[in-house]
Amino acid sequence: MIRSQRWKGAAFTVPFQLGFVFLYLLPIGYAVYQSLFLEQRSGLGLGGATEKFVGLDNYQQGLTDSAFLGSVLRVFLFACVQIPLMLGISLVLALFLDAVTARAAGRFRILLLVPYMIPGVVAAIVWVNLYSPLVGPLTPLGEFFGFQWDFFAPSMVWPSIGNLLTWHGIGYNMVIIYAALQGVPRELFEAARLDGASEVRIALSIKIPHVRGALVLTGLLSIIQMLQIFNEPALFRNVTPQTVTDSFTPIMIIYNQAFSANNYHYAATLSVLLALILGVASFLFYRLTSREVD
Amino acid sequence: MTLTENRAEKSPAPVVRRRTRPDPSARSRGGQRFLLVGLTLASAYSLFPVWWLIVAATKDRVALYQTNGMWFSGWHLWDNLHQVFTYDDGIFLRWTANSFLYAGVGSLGGTLVALATGYGLARFDFPGRNVVFACVVGSFLIPIALLTLPLYLMFSEIGLVDTPWAMLIPCLINPFSVYLAKVYTESTIPFELLEAARIDGAGELRIFFSIVLRMMTTGGATVFLLAFVNTWNAFFLPLTVLRGEENWTLNLGLYNWTGKKMESGVDVTSLVLTGALLSIVPMAIMMVAMRRYWRTGVTLGALK
Repeated sequence: MIRSQRWKGAAFTVPFQLGFVFLYLLPIGYAVYQSLFLEQRSGLGLGGATEKFVGLDNYQQGLTDSAFLGSVLRVFLFACVQIPLMLGISLVLALFLDAVTARAAGRFRILLLVPYMIPGVVAAIVWVNLYSPLVGPLTPLGEFFGFQWDFFAPSMVWPSIGNLLTWHGIGYNMVIIYAALQGVPRELFEAARLDGASEVRIALSIKIPHVRGALVLTGLLSIIQMLQIFNEPALFRNVTPQTVTDSFTPIMIIYNQAFSANNYHYAATLSVLLALILGVASFLFYRLTSREVD
Repeated sequence: MTLTENRAEKSPAPVVRRRTRPDPSARSRGGQRFLLVGLTLASAYSLFPVWWLIVAATKDRVALYQTNGMWFSGWHLWDNLHQVFTYDDGIFLRWTANSFLYAGVGSLGGTLVALATGYGLARFDFPGRNVVFACVVGSFLIPIALLTLPLYLMFSEIGLVDTPWAMLIPCLINPFSVYLAKVYTESTIPFELLEAARIDGAGELRIFFSIVLRMMTTGGATVFLLAFVNTWNAFFLPLTVLRGEENWTLNLGLYNWTGKKMESGVDVTSLVLTGALLSIVPMAIMMVAMRRYWRTGVTLGALK
């Protein structure tokens, strides 16, 4: 390629590069910068605020902040239960789709994708009302079977949110896994059948290993989303402010530090910490899951 | 898969039909029935909340609280719609228009930027190309809070907070769209075609606007659709940068209404539910109408 042509090619990416600098790099730099300062009010707080360089003090505070660490742990433990459960269901459904006729698969795929078409906030609104003892159909259903369900009780909030996320996510994850299943050469199944393998055996020994990549990917995306969970707890908080506190998840803490406590410096510190945690978690997950392949 | 099956159906020989069935675990009829029952149950789980929402939107307040939620009781859909559209001087319509503005205009701009960038990355070998691509992929890992809070501060310093620009500008730069655009370019724009156009004397800009963009309509539609859905569903960004309710999105407005229910003792449940149903409609229409594009987008996203 001629030299001038290369530079013309680079020119196509200039709008993006500029935007990336202003909307990604600059904000991140600004957040890191802010995390190194502290706002100090002089005297009675009437004399205005001055910014003071404090080095890594904010990070020290963040790493010993039990509310923040507690929220990370809470979300992490929740992720350990909800993500395998959701991906397990998605995988089973994808295997089912792969084993029925093409026409049936097409129909069920559309039906199962309906929740994915619904915005997350709206999905949360719908489920909060389904759980509601006043208008929801689930409470009378429980009573019919002799259960006293309280979906907003402290012990039930995570399962309730987990069900909502699972409902919202299985269709999307199923489609990704199903697409990967479609890529498995069909001759493999025929060969296995000739060798007398059962359908379950084929699913376990051929199909699932072939979609491992898709499972790792969906798992990674789910972890990234989960550590940043905000919408669903925020809506639950509208119903049960006592159970879902304002420090329920990391992003809720960051949001409240920024807009309720007006402590941008600390909010910036915690968002940098969260980014680091996210990076480490993704890296570990990727290493753990891809090592097994070799 | 569908192709082979169609061919099999046209063929008169039953033997061929059996051999080309998609995946003949179907051989045992009991097994097939088990699979269908499983899928039906899963579909019922996926659909019943939507069904409940539709039913709830047709009820008046008394019926909503006192009758079986899974079946109709009276028909008050028009009253409920009237209430949604007239509540607070028709603020719901304003929110709908805002959502369309942000998602439509923002995604259109973002798609153009993404197509140009994807084309540049896929078809030119310039110094720093790998750095740009690394930025694209690396940004998938950045938590929204890390970007949104400083962005809020920067926007407030230049007076953009609480204006439509605070929503539109961030939409212009979407790394995932760029990633998709690069993948699409690689699969649809052959090098030879570009060479031929250059030999014919076409300039690079002319090639991009009159050849590349035209060949990328399918890819571009997918990128646009996914970006539109993304912006329509956004919550954290609008919550942070939009203060006054006249600039809110549908999501933000509905969230605010659910909060009202408990704060002032006014029951707005049916208002929220009808509004929620309405906010799904444009998304559903768009997804069904463009399902071809959207399916390729979902699976392509999986290949990264």
